[in-house]
Amino acid sequence: MDQTTKAGLSRRTFLKGTGTVGVLSAGMVPFLKHLPAHAATDDVMVATMGQTINSLDIHRTGTNRPSYQIAVNCYDRLVAFGTKTMPDGSLSYDYSVIQPDIAKSWEISDDGLVMTFAIDTSRKFQDGTPVTAQDVKWSFDRAVSAGGFPTVQMRAGGFTSTDQFEAVDDETFVITLAEPTKLALPDLAVPVPYILNSTVAKANATEDDPWAMEYVHQNTIGSGAFKVVRWDAGQQLVYERNDDWGGGELPAVKRLIIREVPSQSTRRALIERGDVQMSFNIPYKDAAELAEMEGVDVYSTPIENAIYVVGVNHDFEPFKDPDVRKALAYAIPYEEIFQTAAYGRGVRMFGGSGVEGTAWPQPSPYSTDLDKAKEHLAKSGFADGFDVPFSISLGQLDWMEPTALLIIEALGKIGINSTLDKIPSAQWRTASLVEKRLPLHLEGFGGWLNYPCYYFFWAYKDGHLFNSSNYRNDEVETLVDETLYIPVDHPDYAPKVKRMFEIAFEDLPRIPLFQPTLNVAMNGATGFEYWFHRQLDGRKLAKS
Amino acid sequence: MAAPGRLKVIGSRLLQAIPVVIGVIIVTFILTRALPGDPAVYFAGTIADEESIQEVREALGLDKSMPEQFFYYVGDLLRGDLGTSLMTGLPVAEELGRRLPASLELTLVALIISCAVAIPLGILAATRPNSLADHACRVLVTAGVSLPTFFTGLVLIYVFYYVLGWAPPPLGRLDFIFLEPPRVTGFFLIDSVLAGDWETFWGAAKQLVLPAVTLALFTLAPIARMTRAAMLQSLSSDYIRTARAAGLNGRTILYGYAFHNAMLPVVTTLGMVFSFTLGANVLVEKVFAWPGIGSFAVDALVASDYAAVQGFVFVMAILFVALNLAIDILYTLIDPRIGFDAA
Repeated sequence: MDQTTKAGLSRRTFLKGTGTVGVLSAGMVPFLKHLPAHAATDDVMVATMGQTINSLDIHRTGTNRPSYQIAVNCYDRLVAFGTKTMPDGSLSYDYSVIQPDIAKSWEISDDGLVMTFAIDTSRKFQDGTPVTAQDVKWSFDRAVSAGGFPTVQMRAGGFTSTDQFEAVDDETFVITLAEPTKLALPDLAVPVPYILNSTVAKANATEDDPWAMEYVHQNTIGSGAFKVVRWDAGQQLVYERNDDWGGGELPAVKRLIIREVPSQSTRRALIERGDVQMSFNIPYKDAAELAEMEGVDVYSTPIENAIYVVGVNHDFEPFKDPDVRKALAYAIPYEEIFQTAAYGRGVRMFGGSGVEGTAWPQPSPYSTDLDKAKEHLAKSGFADGFDVPFSISLGQLDWMEPTALLIIEALGKIGINSTLDKIPSAQWRTASLVEKRLPLHLEGFGGWLNYPCYYFFWAYKDGHLFNSSNYRNDEVETLVDETLYIPVDHPDYAPKVKRMFEIAFEDLPRIPLFQPTLNVAMNGATGFEYWFHRQLDGRKLAKS
Repeated sequence: MAAPGRLKVIGSRLLQAIPVVIGVIIVTFILTRALPGDPAVYFAGTIADEESIQEVREALGLDKSMPEQFFYYVGDLLRGDLGTSLMTGLPVAEELGRRLPASLELTLVALIISCAVAIPLGILAATRPNSLADHACRVLVTAGVSLPTFFTGLVLIYVFYYVLGWAPPPLGRLDFIFLEPPRVTGFFLIDSVLAGDWETFWGAAKQLVLPAVTLALFTLAPIARMTRAAMLQSLSSDYIRTARAAGLNGRTILYGYAFHNAMLPVVTTLGMVFSFTLGANVLVEKVFAWPGIGSFAVDALVASDYAAVQGFVFVMAILFVALNLAIDILYTLIDPRIGFDAA
């Protein structure tokens, strides 16, 4: 398939657009003469990443995480999160601000069940047609019908059925909820409920494919800030600015090129040389070293609502004993892990002084104390220690391996004999999250919707995916159900959430280590914005 | 052997390849299913629950029994459909069609460089055994084969790109300022020449130099060693002694007789080297962001992407059958005494 001709872009216009004609003639000079890529003009920017984009459609079955960036860059949603400036001067999305996007305003009925959105029909799709409530309705119907991840994410906001969505007229869109929930509005600002041009989509739908999955897989038909003009799977993706974008200030870059470079060493050489302006999602080690370099800016933003934890499986006999779990929690060399695995980047999640406030994540009350660890183990039914495998994923060795080795060494000091068990990444999810069969392992869940109750819903409720420890506590089950939907300013919310934290720290199905960061290196560019979905947002990027 | 006879033999060789291919299809099908890991879980996404994993499983047809899946697979294969790669979301045939030329181009250029260095080196070493040239040859090939390719690749990137700035950024087949030449063969060097686009030709050639040299260093050893051994044997044989006695000049003896006869084992080695290089250049592909077939296959294995793995093995099997046939034909050209009947 030739994306280029499809998008109506010829080789000549592409070259003219990038303004690199001069560079091309330089390309004719003798063999191997170095040709600096930053000779490209200011409105073309190159970013590199290690992962592969496998679809342009977030609703498609099997679409991987790096592909979510298309939904962000090429599509708009009803509402959007705000932007704030972080203490280090970098940008971050602002969970506390939900602002108009395609919906210019909205009203929520007093009982919280009916949400009425006024659609801004001055906003245009990339083919020039206005965005209407019918497009929203069709797109939402698609999200709840596609199955898999998009449907699960929609369900989190209380959207389960196409009957809930109604396009009253072109400018009015109504959602009816079964029960009021604080998650509904923020869930409309995540990448999944994006708005597609339903006219174009329907024209490319077939009887077997009523949602035009095949077409949207390879074409962007949104109203967003960029469109994809070229996608070579496994190699590169080229965004081009949508000059008619109505959703905010136009991006400073006209073309944003994402190059997929699997080797981390190569990516590092590229960013150091400045031939690419951005290296997205780099390991802690590189972040620490690049931060020392002149001319390279490194942003390490703590990932909201995420913690790297040691999962202690309650199905495994010795870990049924609360003293054994506490022995573990006191034996772990937290600070060493924080310095070795995270290179001091991130936020410490240990050594706290009891539950404080409703902020999550917050430090656990545990810190390294081998005497206490030995005391607890002596009190337990396993005073002589025991054998246990410590499982990590081969796909996340950069932080898991040093962490696991340090913990194994420390456990040896209190008589627990642990061996490292490396699991290939293809099996990791099945083993840790689906079958939940790993006695002792590392886990790093982060919730998109930034509420502690949302984190607990996924990670502490019995049978839920990220509860890899098979933890079950009836009080937690009730507390999560009670807090998940009520507003945070509800008088019951804070005490109940704090109670959840206390139980979690007492029962220790997950022993917190540190809050991870998303690390991004920039060389000759500005405007990186952190998002909960941890993908590249090109809308504020500019060359410097 | 006469041309019609040769065609007939080629036809029968192709027929003989059919059971091989069928065997490969069955074995890969079973082996991919035996892989640990559950593609449905892998592709259901970050926060998929039991229900949505089941939905994905059904969407992928993985809820069906093995014989049923195999039946569908063979049916698709007969229609020329290799299935869709879950990893890249594109048809496997299209993926392989794009990636195979990338790998072939890299491997062929590497082998040409390798032969251009290794064969003269081998001849030199054989004509002057235990001389300085012989020892230099030994050191070079030992170093080339004992350094892991990704390491050589990284060193070359470090020296020629990072420090000296002579090489272009290691960003795959073409720097982003170039667009792919109109596709004819899929080989950028050839396609750009066909399009008369010399800028792109040089762009592609520059990108090719470092990865090709990396691979060439790795493949020097078997070719140089085999050339040397075959030449030594050939030079000490009776017909060379006879030729010398007959007073033929050194050049004619060396290239006309000794080398001609030494070519058979060299070609055999070349065939083997080509096969393993095509599959084994994964690390080079990763380091240079080369969109080749090896890294595609490895990623597919990690992701339990059945269709992609099966498609890869299938295409490679066919490629090897074709390669072996080509080498056999080459034998008969080099040494007319070898007929297919003998092989």
